[in-house]
This record gives sequence, structure tokens and C-alpha cells, in this order.
Amino acid sequence: MTPGSTPAACAVLLRRDLVLAWRRRGDIAMPVLYALIVATLFPFALGPEPALLARIAGGVVFVTVLLAVLLSLDHLFRGDIEDGSMEQLMLAPQPLALLVGMKVLAHWITSALPLIVVAPLLAGMLKLPGQATPVLILALLIATPLLSLLGAVLVALTAGSRRSGMLLALMLLPLCVPVVIFAAGAVAAAQEGLPWAAPIAWLGAGLVMALVLAPLACAAALRIAMDS
Amino acid sequence: MANWVPLWLHRLGSPPVFYRFAGAVQPWALGLALALGMVALYGGLFVAPADYQQGDAYRIIFIHVPSAWMSLFVYAAMSVAAFMALVWRIKIAEVVAMESAPIGAAFTFITLVTGSLWGKPMWGTWWTWDARLTSELVLLFIYLGVIGLHHSFEDRRQGARAASFLVLVGAVNVPIVHFSVNWWNTLHQGSTVRLLGPSHIEASMLWPLLTMMAATKLYYIASLFARVRAELVAAEGGKAWVRELLGLPGRGTP
Amino acid sequence: MSPSLSMGAYGFYVWSAVAVFFIVLLIDTLAPLARRRRNLRALRARIARQENRRRPGTPPQNESDA
Repeated sequence: MTPGSTPAACAVLLRRDLVLAWRRRGDIAMPVLYALIVATLFPFALGPEPALLARIAGGVVFVTVLLAVLLSLDHLFRGDIEDGSMEQLMLAPQPLALLVGMKVLAHWITSALPLIVVAPLLAGMLKLPGQATPVLILALLIATPLLSLLGAVLVALTAGSRRSGMLLALMLLPLCVPVVIFAAGAVAAAQEGLPWAAPIAWLGAGLVMALVLAPLACAAALRIAMDS
Repeated sequence: MANWVPLWLHRLGSPPVFYRFAGAVQPWALGLALALGMVALYGGLFVAPADYQQGDAYRIIFIHVPSAWMSLFVYAAMSVAAFMALVWRIKIAEVVAMESAPIGAAFTFITLVTGSLWGKPMWGTWWTWDARLTSELVLLFIYLGVIGLHHSFEDRRQGARAASFLVLVGAVNVPIVHFSVNWWNTLHQGSTVRLLGPSHIEASMLWPLLTMMAATKLYYIASLFARVRAELVAAEGGKAWVRELLGLPGRGTP
Repeated sequence: MSPSLSMGAYGFYVWSAVAVFFIVLLIDTLAPLARRRRNLRALRARIARQENRRRPGTPPQNESDA
């Protein structure tokens, strides 16, 4: 790779974000711990009866992972905006959409992937039937990048402002509804032994569209929000 | 001859022209909206006969259906204004888009509450997760998100552009949400409640409905113009035309 | 079958719906009026501050947005 070319720039940015995240490894553990705590609280709240837990397991794991990803999205761009790197990225000759895509990828690797690794454990704690667990993992593998991409667009819109936390959740909810419906629906179908391919396919289609469109939208949103 | 429409629209893009136009139209729109609304309510509540299946409770549709229609119509108008604001950076378009949001949110809220009030006597429940009600709830969240995002920016023009972007994102999202909730309801059979309407629309039921539709549209225009005028006073306060028009001392920037 | 004010035992629901409709739209009508009054008041105060800042005797000039 020649230095200064687009692939080189993307690789460098990805590496930088991963290294920065690794230096604050403790922060990687936060969403995972959060998910574990929430998943543990549900049996305490609802009672330990396995039949009830099994019914809600898929949905609870999914919503828990979604909330954990949402919490970690908040600081996707903040560090770079505060130290001025975001402006450098916006001025760079490489397409901003690609660079932003790399940041989202780094974020997914460090936030969502650990959650997906932990998801079978959460599912087991909530008594999800074994036959549904692979479908849960598959649904998470498709849905979490989709959520990261959609969330990145919204985080970019609130990039300039201070008080973004709850507003981000409010803005993200309408976008999450279809993702949650299809992903949890696939898990529920697998639990019943029904065919689960259709909702997964819809999720896949959504992911493909998001992979193409979200980085572009994110770059546009960043330019709007940072254009002061 | 065909030129005067685009020319007139183009001139409306200028804040002082829009301000004066809105000021002239607004009282008439409001008055007409009130008059038509009263007529429609009278027709719907008292003149139209009771429904065969639902008795007198169905009369809520004369409020519920126009409000639901307006919640979507205002969003469409807001999307057009947001598009113009983002692409051409027309200040009036930004203001129109942002000031439409609270009105749309109000109609969405009315839709949800009157829907609940209709649902309780009809199906015995205040809320049901069917596609239309759920999509309407998500629409309310989208409206609130737009309003919240707009207010979280210091610079109102930048905030308007960011919120306009969100409006367009939401516009794509609403049909997707409706489709996915429909699918979700078919997956979880038995939790669906089909929305029943009157079995046929009699003429005596139709005219109050149509009249109320017209009344709410006129109300939207009246409310929008009032809000845009109030916002222009604040946003353009430094300009000479505002001071001149309002009879204030001092010379602003031209 | 002429409807009376009780709306055939559904009165609470129908009239609550009418009430919500009126109250929400009333708030929606009054809010911009209040905002307009507030904005005008703020604008007058801003102009007064600017006039105060000018040295007496100098003509009013194009202000910068201060």
C-alpha cells in the first residue's frame, strides 16, 4: 500500500482507533458488564421460572445488547472532535465517508463484538433453548453493525452539542424498531421451530443498504453539524 | 403567464415578503378553520346517525381520522421544506420545517389519545400494538427527536439544518417501521386487533369527515404562519425590515 | 336514534376526545402568540441597549449583530 492512498489511510485510521481503544481496555469491558448486570436482573425481577424466562430470553438479550451498543455510541466521535482530529479527517483528501466507515468498524469491533461473544452466556442465563442460540448469534452479527451504522449517522448529527445522551436515545429508537422486530422475531421463530430465514434476510438487506448509505449520510451529517 | 407561480414562490423565499404574506393570510385561515371545524364537529357529533355496530362511540373518528391524516401530511410538508433547506439553504424553508414539527407532534398526540379513547369502549383496551398505532407512536418519537435536536444547537440555522437532515432520515424510516410492525403482528398471531371502521361511509358521515379534514389543513396553515412570524422576529431581529415593519427605533442591518 | 349529549353511554369517551382535541390545539394556538410577545420584548430590550451604547450625538449606524 502506498502511503497517502485511500486504502493506506483507511488502514491507518482503523489501526489508530483500535490501538486507542486497546489502551483503554477497561472501557471495552463496560458494555459487557452492563449487559451481564441487566441480564442478571431480569430473573430477579420476574422470577426464576424457566418457562417464563425462556419466552423472554431472546428479546431481553437483544434489547440488552442494543442498549449497551447505544451507550457506547455516544463517544464515537467525541474524542476526535475535542482534540481536533475530526477536522483533520474532514479536510483529508480521502473520502470522509470511507474514513468514517473505518471509525464505525473500529467501534463495532471494540464494543459490539465482545457483546456478541458474551451473548451465548446471557442466553444461557435466561434459559434460551439451545436451538435458538445460533440464530441469536447470527441475528446479532447482522443487527449490531446495522445499529452501529445507523447510530453513527445520528451521533454525527449531535456531534457539536453537549447534551446529546438522552436525545440520542430518543432519535435512535424509531430507527431501532425495525431492527429489533426482525432480529428478535428471527430468534422467536427459531425458538418455536419455525422458519427464521426471512427476517434474517430482511436484516441482511438492511445491513447491505446501511453499509453503502450510512457512511455517506454520516459524512454529510458531520459536515452539517461541524459547519459552524 | 405560467411564470408568475415560480416567481411568486421565489419571492416568498424572502423573509420580509413571507412575513407580510403570512400576516395577511393567517387570520383568515384561522377564522375559516374554526368555522369549518365547528360545522364539522356539529355534523359529526349530532347530525350523523349512530353507527350500526359501534353506536355513538364511532363519532371519535371525526377527530381521530383527520388528526391522523394531518400527522402524516404535516410530516410530508416538513420533509419538503427540510429538503429545500438542506439543498438550497433557503432560510424560510428552514423556519417552515422547524415550525411545522410541533404542530405535527400535536396532531400525532391527538391521534394517539383519541385512538385510545376509541379503543377502550370498542375493544376493551386502551392500547394495542397493531401496525397503525405503533407506527403513530414511533412517528411521535421522530417529531420529538426533531424538535429536541433543533433546540440542542446554539446556532439556530445550523440546528435547523441538522434537524432537517433528521426529518429526511425519519421520512425514510416511517414506511419501514410500518412494514416491520405489520410483519411483527402477523408473526405473533393473536395479539393483533384489527381496526374496525364503519361498515360503509354514508353521505351523512362523509361530509363532516371531509369538512374536518379541510378545517385541520387550514388550521395547520394558520398555526404555521403564526409560528413562522414569531420566529422571524427573533431570527431576523437585527435586520432593518423587522424594525421598520414593527415600528421600532434604531436602524438594523439592511 | 338521535344522539343526545350522553352519546349512548359512551359520553365519557367521545367528550374526552373532543376535549383533548380542543385543549391541545388551543395550546398550539396560544404558544406562538406568547413567543411572539416574548421575542418582541427581547428585541426592544436589545435595541434599547444598543441605543444606550452609542455616544450621544452620533448618528445611528448599521449595527453589527451584538
